[in-house]
Amino acid sequence: MDLTLKIWRQANAQAKGKMVEYKVTGVSPDSSFFEMLDVLNQDLIEKGEDPVAFDHDCREGICGTCSLYINGRAHGPDSGVTTCQLHMRKFKDGDTIFIEPWRAKAFPIVKDLIVNRGAFDSIIQAGGYISVNTGGVPDANAIPIPKVNADAAMDAAACIGCGACVATCKNASAMLFVAAKVSQFANLPQGKIEAKRRVQNMVAEMDALGFGNCSNTYACEQECPKEISVSNIAKMNREFLSAKLCADVKDI
Amino acid sequence: MSNSLLNYASITKKISMSIIGLFLAAFLLVHLTINLMLLLDDGGESFRAAAEFMGKNPVIKVFEIILFSAFIIHILLGIILWFQNNAARPIGYQRANITKTSLMSKYMIHTGIIIFIFLGLHFIHFYFVKIGLVSGLMGEDGHPDFYNSALELFKQPLYVIIYIVSFLALGFHLNHAIQSGFQSLGWEHSKYTPAVKAISTIYALVISVGFTIIPLFILIAGK
Ligand code: HEM
Ligand code: SF4
Ligand code: FES
Repeated sequence: MDLTLKIWRQANAQAKGKMVEYKVTGVSPDSSFFEMLDVLNQDLIEKGEDPVAFDHDCREGICGTCSLYINGRAHGPDSGVTTCQLHMRKFKDGDTIFIEPWRAKAFPIVKDLIVNRGAFDSIIQAGGYISVNTGGVPDANAIPIPKVNADAAMDAAACIGCGACVATCKNASAMLFVAAKVSQFANLPQGKIEAKRRVQNMVAEMDALGFGNCSNTYACEQECPKEISVSNIAKMNREFLSAKLCADVKDI
Repeated sequence: MSNSLLNYASITKKISMSIIGLFLAAFLLVHLTINLMLLLDDGGESFRAAAEFMGKNPVIKVFEIILFSAFIIHILLGIILWFQNNAARPIGYQRANITKTSLMSKYMIHTGIIIFIFLGLHFIHFYFVKIGLVSGLMGEDGHPDFYNSALELFKQPLYVIIYIVSFLALGFHLNHAIQSGFQSLGWEHSKYTPAVKAISTIYALVISVGFTIIPLFILIAGK
């Protein structure tokens, strides 16, 4: 496959970036998208140019490090996959591929296609945990949990924090991410103890970081590599409303 | 700190928006019922009776204040959300987003503004006449004659076009809005949500088609 790539190049956070065109030739349709970019970078290094900086780590869809907004879609043209799981067979010979970084006020660009997703860490620090005292290991079945709840919690916990939901949302809203993290705990008895505080603090942090509001366009659900459902957003809204109305003033 | 009711978070805004929006949507059905009386062949008797009831009843007077506040808050919140949402992505993409979405969800502010403009006209033609700010057609009893003013308006093709465009916009607004309002309130359930989505579309159709047939009928029947 011979391809034309248009890639966002930006030397650092302050620099003014622009789209730069590159040609890659002889790409195998069986290679992954990142292998294609590796070939391009090898080429650039050999020519003495600066290789394109992009985030990646596990390259098997579990770490959430990779990003890339490809041809108008977060994680590219395939659904339910991360960019590292995307293969070149999803493109045609002669295609022009636009590759851009995630765009959101809360995700500033570090270099080229790499953005700083530290905002997600701040949201987790605001409440995305449960406090457990150390001690003897409790029996695994000491607390009975209905299967539907366990499944719902597990589905929400599949979120890898990649940020595709923010990248694709017209409002750069982080609601799907925060909702996944809220409902993964809200579905389980262990999460109930801090539930009222958790949802309020995480939402407050999300707002403070400059993410947009949810317009229920449901674009996030379409692009989420882990197919996190927007029903988690409804659940978070329920949790939020009941916490806001009913939590004791001291429960914060 | 964030536990205070006054701390107006993103979700609080959306929840207010949806409660108010759903209230407005319910009111539209009442309004439509009264307007459909224009089509009755009784020389405007039922329409006048309904309009008079709306004009005199003290409960309705209180309701009117609630209704106005609802509109104002809904519109202000809509504009605030729109600004905040734009600010959340200061630099856009080179390639426009092509993700499949609930289509009208992207144009709520646009359909909203069309409805807002129509509301302005509607006030000039009816409400401002009622409170005596603007002069209009008067009946024999010295009260404004809304039956004949409505029929007069519907004889002007330009007005009818503006009217129909506005109600199309309202239909699109409602089609997304009702199911979205349920979602914002957290009223989402594996059993009921498919029905809510269907009802949302049916309700939007009933409202926009219901209002639109009135001038069309009057034009065709030549009242
Ligand atoms: C009778 C008229 C109207 C009705 C029944 C109505 C109803 C609704 C409802 C139920 C929602 C859903 C709330 C949610 O997403 O949770 C909504 C959203 C919205 N409405 Fe209206 N609305 C009306 C007029 C207007 C007007 C005049 C504007 C003018 C600016 C407007 C602007 C908006 C906007 C921008 C949203 C989307 C908010 C968002 O993206 O989060 N609406 N409307
Ligand atoms: S909800 Fe989905 S798209 Fe959003 S951060 Fe989690 S895995 Fe990524
Ligand atoms: S590199 Fe780990 S998910 Fe893509």
